[in-house]
Amino acid sequence: MLNIYRGREGMISWALHRLTGLGVLLFLLIHIADIYVINYGPEAFDELLFIYHNPFFRAMEVLLVAALYYHGLNGLRIIAIDFWDRAVLYQRQLFWAVVIAFFVTFIPTAILMLRPVLWAN
Amino acid sequence: MQVNLKILRYNPEIDSKAHFETYTVEAEPTDRVLDALNEVKWTRDGTLTYRRSCAHGVCGSDAMRINGRNALACKLLIQDVGDSMTIEPLMGFRVIKDLVIDMDQFWENYKKIKPFLINDDQAPAGRERLQSQEEREVFDDTTKCIMCAACTTACPITWTNDKWVGPAAIVAAHRFIYDSRDQGQDERLNILNDRSGVWRCRTVFNCTDACPRDIKVTRAIEQVKRTMLYDNM
Repeated sequence: MLNIYRGREGMISWALHRLTGLGVLLFLLIHIADIYVINYGPEAFDELLFIYHNPFFRAMEVLLVAALYYHGLNGLRIIAIDFWDRAVLYQRQLFWAVVIAFFVTFIPTAILMLRPVLWAN
Repeated sequence: MQVNLKILRYNPEIDSKAHFETYTVEAEPTDRVLDALNEVKWTRDGTLTYRRSCAHGVCGSDAMRINGRNALACKLLIQDVGDSMTIEPLMGFRVIKDLVIDMDQFWENYKKIKPFLINDDQAPAGRERLQSQEEREVFDDTTKCIMCAACTTACPITWTNDKWVGPAAIVAAHRFIYDSRDQGQDERLNILNDRSGVWRCRTVFNCTDACPRDIKVTRAIEQVKRTMLYDNM
């Protein structure tokens, strides 16, 4: 879609919002499945938790945080647009504010999350 | 200057699917994209088909996708596009031939919102229904619409959902909803208060970016949403 219509900030923000929303939904489904394992007792559940110590899953968790941060921050932008008339006029600047806020919050979080894995290796 | 036009061609009588053809024509930087298209049609290939009428950005016939963005070919100068451009039909509706799309659904949506004054009161004898400058200002922006469909066909919802009423119809509704002389506000709000009405809008802003009349389309849609929300509270 992005390669057939050259949309600007509004369209990019919307496409990212969709993408991150679907990503978070996918995690939620996996999460419901892994929480369900608790029905088979604490041992079974603890055993399953090894996947969260796997470096690949840790990397995926970092992506999950990225998706949550973006979706949340852009969600605030959309709320502003919906409820505050003037925000519509500054939607482009608000998008760049979202991008800046995203990196300011995401980079320290990613470092904190990846440090144990990178140290272990 | 030499201008390269890569045009998406489709003739339903010959082609099974659309294909690009490239033409090189001579044009001035201050010419419009429409002039270059006319040059192709008049001197190279008379079968090239597109809509145009007034050629001065008023009738809204020649909206098309130029370098991936909707614009009026008669308003866009070649110096603002560059010497190489890709021209494609608007998205979301069936292509009839080359750059001509089937606008039936677009007009159906327009008719749906009742784009005419609704007022059962007797008009004052011998004069217009007056309104103040402030009352007129409220819907000034949406009176500028020329129904070119650049907004509706730039909207990702239009590309995938054929029930979506589309930004152009909401702009037309906005023009009457906030008109102090009009009494059809509830009627129009009811029509738009629907899954395929204003609530389908995802504030992508492609419509606002595409509007050749600089109408703040998304702003108008958001105003209608808020009117529905607050009037029901």
